[in-house]
Amino acid sequence: MDKKKLLKIILTALVTAAFLFLLFYYEQDKRKNGHALSILERSAIYAVVAVAMNMLTGFTGLFSLGQAGFMALGAYTVGILTIPLEARQNIYYISGMNETLASWHMPFIPAMIIGGLVAAVSAALIGALILKLKSDYLAIATLGFSEVIRAIIASPQFDRITNGSYGLKKIPRFDTIFIPVIISAICILLMVLLIRSSYGRAFKAIREDETAAEAMGINLFKHKELSFVISSFFTGIAGGMLAGYMGSIDSGTFRITLTYDILLIVVLGGLGSVTGSILGSFLVTAGREWLRFFDEPLFIGSWQVPLFRTGFRMVVFSLLLMLVVLFYRRGIMGDREFSWDMIFRFFTKRRKKVEISSQGGSHD
Amino acid sequence: MSLVTILQHTLTGVSLGGAYALIAIGYTMVYGILRLINFAHGELFMMAGYFMIFAMASFPWYLSVPIVIIGTIVLGVVIEELAYKPLRSAPRTSIMISAIGVSYLLQNLATYLFTALPRGYPELPYLKKVFQIGDLSSSLVTFLTPVITIVLVFLLMQMINQTKIGMAIRAVAKDFETSQLMGIQINNVIIFTFVIGSFLAAIGSILYFTDRMSVNPFSGSLPGLKCFVAAVLGGIGSIPGAMVGGFILGVGETFMVALGFSTFSDAFTFLLLVAMLLFKPTGLFGEKIAEKV
Amino acid sequence: MTKEVLRLDHCTMQFGGVVAVDDLSMDIHEHEIVALIGPNGAGKTTAFNFVTGVYEPTNGAVYFNEELIVSNRPQGKMKKLYNGTNRDFRKEVVSRTPDQITKLGIARTFQNIRLFKNLTVFDNVLTAMHMHLKANFFSSALHLNQHEERAMREKTVELLRMQDLLDVRNEIASSLPYGQQRHLEIARALATKPTLLLLDEPAAGMNPQETDELADFIVKTKETFDLTIFLIEHHMTLVMDISDRIYVLDFGKRIAHGTPDEIQNNDEVIKAYLGVELDVENQ
Repeated sequence: MDKKKLLKIILTALVTAAFLFLLFYYEQDKRKNGHALSILERSAIYAVVAVAMNMLTGFTGLFSLGQAGFMALGAYTVGILTIPLEARQNIYYISGMNETLASWHMPFIPAMIIGGLVAAVSAALIGALILKLKSDYLAIATLGFSEVIRAIIASPQFDRITNGSYGLKKIPRFDTIFIPVIISAICILLMVLLIRSSYGRAFKAIREDETAAEAMGINLFKHKELSFVISSFFTGIAGGMLAGYMGSIDSGTFRITLTYDILLIVVLGGLGSVTGSILGSFLVTAGREWLRFFDEPLFIGSWQVPLFRTGFRMVVFSLLLMLVVLFYRRGIMGDREFSWDMIFRFFTKRRKKVEISSQGGSHD
Repeated sequence: MSLVTILQHTLTGVSLGGAYALIAIGYTMVYGILRLINFAHGELFMMAGYFMIFAMASFPWYLSVPIVIIGTIVLGVVIEELAYKPLRSAPRTSIMISAIGVSYLLQNLATYLFTALPRGYPELPYLKKVFQIGDLSSSLVTFLTPVITIVLVFLLMQMINQTKIGMAIRAVAKDFETSQLMGIQINNVIIFTFVIGSFLAAIGSILYFTDRMSVNPFSGSLPGLKCFVAAVLGGIGSIPGAMVGGFILGVGETFMVALGFSTFSDAFTFLLLVAMLLFKPTGLFGEKIAEKV
Repeated sequence: MTKEVLRLDHCTMQFGGVVAVDDLSMDIHEHEIVALIGPNGAGKTTAFNFVTGVYEPTNGAVYFNEELIVSNRPQGKMKKLYNGTNRDFRKEVVSRTPDQITKLGIARTFQNIRLFKNLTVFDNVLTAMHMHLKANFFSSALHLNQHEERAMREKTVELLRMQDLLDVRNEIASSLPYGQQRHLEIARALATKPTLLLLDEPAAGMNPQETDELADFIVKTKETFDLTIFLIEHHMTLVMDISDRIYVLDFGKRIAHGTPDEIQNNDEVIKAYLGVELDVENQ
């Protein structure tokens, strides 16, 4: 048994090292590998939102569609706090920047954490209002609030803070891909720890049966609010990273379609599977790039294949989504997690039940 | 604000509300039967807008209107058959995700087929003609919309209350399983519901876009959500409720804009939704459903 | 007389115009097993539901360990609608949510089994210990309370062993046979460390042999955990075997109260139950 455990540790270390080396290798020639780096960076950021959404929807059973709104809060906080002081005049050229804010400047990490906190505090207020609502009502209410947040950001009354509909530009970009990747890894690790803790079990109990959970002494509102606030905190953090990744943002970045993208990732990966969400973010982000040829005119000889033009990629993409939803409802991972045991079983095809630690899940 | 201005805004609001009401009925009927927020309904309404543009390009208006109505009904039923029917026994979350997927697909399809740029909505003769009643002046469509809405709702209510299919719809909405056991062809009832919902969405679309004059692939999503809010406001499952909800939202929104809070008018809608769900979750006309422990 | 654990004081529960429980008073003392019986629809589960905070009674009060935990009087529309026999309205209004009541030490099972279906047997029980968690949120979320966590797991193993569920601890709860699901529900309720255990038809769906075992098991559990037990059950043999006292409900009203012997010979009970004696003999 110990031998197997050692093997698993070695395998995990090897894969991590290989991944880090790959990143390092790509970074050596940023221009040549720009495309790949960009996919990986975006995947890492989306993975955080997807896992946060999964924590809420897959583990606590709360169907929330407010991701775009909370990401917007994180992104704007980071934007406002990190744009270099000298560039601000040019960006806020319409109505100028609020005097107090104009002199505030800080590095990315603290700004990002503040962004997460802004999202978390908003979520706490919104959650106190709406978390009593049942499944689809909650979905529509969170979607509504997400739009409200977007409307407020874009409104002329907030011109001097958010620059209204003109958006923010010149947000310092990441110097190296290691920053977003490491932050994402830490965020996901923290969420996994939470999900595996006693609180995480309480979340799952609520998902399974609210009445029974309450009868076991679990305070529904407290735990739902906790899950909602923490999920929103990490969503805000991811929004902050998105600002650092994109360099310029405006309220249009955070439309409902962004939430739908994340939902797609979570569904594709499997509701209730963290590793599924991570895999899903990579597949969706990369898949979109791989499908890019659908957007280019395609010639076979001199005959131009019809259909292939701008926008076709997204049609194919949403068709794929529908196929997953209709025929592959549980997604890639279902509610299971990736583990080396799974791989071993896959290769050896042994039917023998692998002994699982008294944990009920695997801790590899 | 002078009295005339107030009346003018009320008229505009009632007209907008009429279009909202027609779309809201589609939401409320589908929710009543399938317990599903048909996220794709707003996109159906947007597609109806494009159908009109293309129909008017080659046909006179009296042919175009029926073409649009038939096209929208076909699309609505196809969505039901392909995206919702296979998930009848699946958890509610799955069917809702499917609805979101359809709405996403239709948006992308519209972007692909018609590009993301707004397209001018054709003018129907007479509808844009400006009328004057006392100090109020407005185009015919503004006067006509609430009238058409009320007439259609009246006819729909007659059908629901007097005809056999209407009775079947009420039975299925009350208890899905039992009505199935009583020999009601559930699938026919559901298809019929989608036919009515799509028909009203097509009419609503013509009235709404004639007033707004352009369509883009995203012009269905926000009105769609608002109309769902209208349905909740009136009490989900209630057709007169959806109409009243539509009028309330239309008038409320118009006054928000008139008072200079245009960016917050959407926010107003959703705050109304939350307030309603918290204080009177059954809506103005809805029935209470008890859950057995 | 021993300490009073639970007292229902003139409780009425009305849904719309329907009076489900009418003016029910009863008391349960420490270490007793008290059964609430009655035909289907007599209002037994409703009584459980307002004791555990799922509903608020329309009028009346509930005391736990002589402390007032729930109290209500007709309010709003109910003032006009109220149809109960007892029109003596309580003054104070005290309401508690189910989780607050569980924290006081009242645990329950459900008539139609409400397990955490997709969780393992082990996690079902472990989850029920969450409310006793001493570590704060952050140390729990960051897994800094290893010691406590280990203790909880050990306790879970112990509870599962008692219910003969240790072998299936890694199975998904919904995959268990019916009888074991009932046992798991009891184990889960015990994990909340109650002093009063409410069992809602624990023998429903069990075969005669399982029912016999269950009777022994309930008595044994009561002894081991130092419990008081309040039971709803249709299996008359089981009820007569293990109950110290029995209350009988019919159409929401209490029609009899007494020891099993007294109840078996009570004319009103026989009338309400037509043919129940036969059942007793058959089983």
